[in-house]
Amino acid sequence: MGRLSVNLCGIELDNPVIPASGTFGYGYEYAALYDINCLGTFSFKGTTKDPRFGNPTPRIAECTAGMINAVGLQNPGVEKVISEELPKLKKCFHKPVMANVSGFSVEDYAYTCEKLDKEEQVGWLEVNVSCPNVHGGGMSFGTDPKAAAEVTKAVKAVTTKPVIVKLSPNVTDIVSIAKACEDAGADGISLINTMLGMRIDLRTRRPVIANKMGGFSGSAIFPVAVRMVYQVANAVKIPVVGMGGVSSAEDVIEMMLAGATAVEIGAANLVDPYICRDIIEKLPDVIDSYGIQNLYEIIGKVR
Amino acid sequence: MQKSIFNIVSNRPLTENVYKMVLQGDTSHITAPGQFVNIQLSGLYLRRPISVCDIEGDKLTIIYKAVGKGTRQMAAMTEGELDILTGLGNGYELSLSGENPVLLGGGVGVPPMYLLAKKLTQQGKKVRVILGFNTKSEVFYEEEFKKLGCSVVVTTVDGSYGHKGFVTDALGNMDYSYFYTCGPEPMLKAVYKASKTSGQFSFEKRMGCGFGACMGCSCKTITGYKRICKEGPVMRKEEVLWED
Repeated sequence: MGRLSVNLCGIELDNPVIPASGTFGYGYEYAALYDINCLGTFSFKGTTKDPRFGNPTPRIAECTAGMINAVGLQNPGVEKVISEELPKLKKCFHKPVMANVSGFSVEDYAYTCEKLDKEEQVGWLEVNVSCPNVHGGGMSFGTDPKAAAEVTKAVKAVTTKPVIVKLSPNVTDIVSIAKACEDAGADGISLINTMLGMRIDLRTRRPVIANKMGGFSGSAIFPVAVRMVYQVANAVKIPVVGMGGVSSAEDVIEMMLAGATAVEIGAANLVDPYICRDIIEKLPDVIDSYGIQNLYEIIGKVR
Repeated sequence: MQKSIFNIVSNRPLTENVYKMVLQGDTSHITAPGQFVNIQLSGLYLRRPISVCDIEGDKLTIIYKAVGKGTRQMAAMTEGELDILTGLGNGYELSLSGENPVLLGGGVGVPPMYLLAKKLTQQGKKVRVILGFNTKSEVFYEEEFKKLGCSVVVTTVDGSYGHKGFVTDALGNMDYSYFYTCGPEPMLKAVYKASKTSGQFSFEKRMGCGFGACMGCSCKTITGYKRICKEGPVMRKEEVLWED
């Protein structure tokens, strides 16, 4: 085991750095820039049962220290992800990958997960019950403990792979939802998805985003994410994957002190496509500077 | 695509709010006219995509309109370094031009036409250029196109300079083998309708990353979903699907 390695639900990661779903495609855009095998793993673009174009444009809005997106789960659907995207992914990435799944019904989630479960390279299923950009699905499952538990159970029934449920911060009590998922058999919790946000153009007086609202991400949300990771990690026994505004090696360490076993990096990839590689390269020196021997020793060690 | 640091060589206004910035750095990843670069600016989260106007050795020229926070910040710069992603987008396909293509640029859609005109004239094509502006004070780069050996027609909507009207009014009676265009969407639609040949359009959309990762700038085309930043910004007439 290296100094940066961690164990996420029984699978060893060389380091805890994981590009977050929706900011890393299926890996190959980034593989043209650097060898993405340096990553712990990555969570590929959110996949649904049927193909989706997503929301009308504009889908992106600039914010102070962040951005809003309302992409709306654009993806070619699970069949094409398996037949077209995963073979391309396999050529540039040789480690277990995290499959991110969304749905509009409990059956949708189960269907898509069952298909992806059969893919050898899929190491974990990250079940997104927290997409703020689709109607009648996504986040509505992640804002109600019962619904989140129901999705978790349905997915667990069709896979033997570790199931990580990705939670929304747009709730009053994230701990109760995390616990409900744990009780339903989840192997891990990842959080936070984006925060529901909105911008208005002063000249046109219209929302900047065609879908009016979208998910706010970027370094501005980091403190909220640290707080929620801390709360959830203290309430559940299963591993927690922390994300939300992480953009430096120091942020990775802070997330791990708050209780994260691994750390996802999202919006920062869109600004600097090399950021995950650079963070991994900097981590050994940065942990040295804080007197940390091995990264896994600091998980949840906030005093 | 490549991320590299460019030095600002010069930055001066061409009109009241249109600026020309010359940068020095590694331009080797810029392979076609119509591509764009994505510029990081201090204090702003997302990069700002700007089309390539010209490359000459290690010099990169961009022309931009100071309209928002990012471009206004750029307009105020006189020196320093910029972190830039280069070689983004597909760019124009030159091989389809025929012998006498026409290039139509509107407003800040004019700059990408410059490198395209330069490449086409170098290939010995007889290039005509139609540059469209609202009014005389907004006109720029007429002389630069003439120096390339292009025949240039300028149109202004209010008739204060050149031909009165839109670029499509000047296109009306011309004979041309192919067209290339860049400009505001209403102009692109008008060119689509008025054009007698095939051609290529460069589109603009609000982007997240600019390199195909976020799906922020997707659009529908005859041949499927495309990302303006990756499979675009240039689309062929045959694949364009107007959204409304």
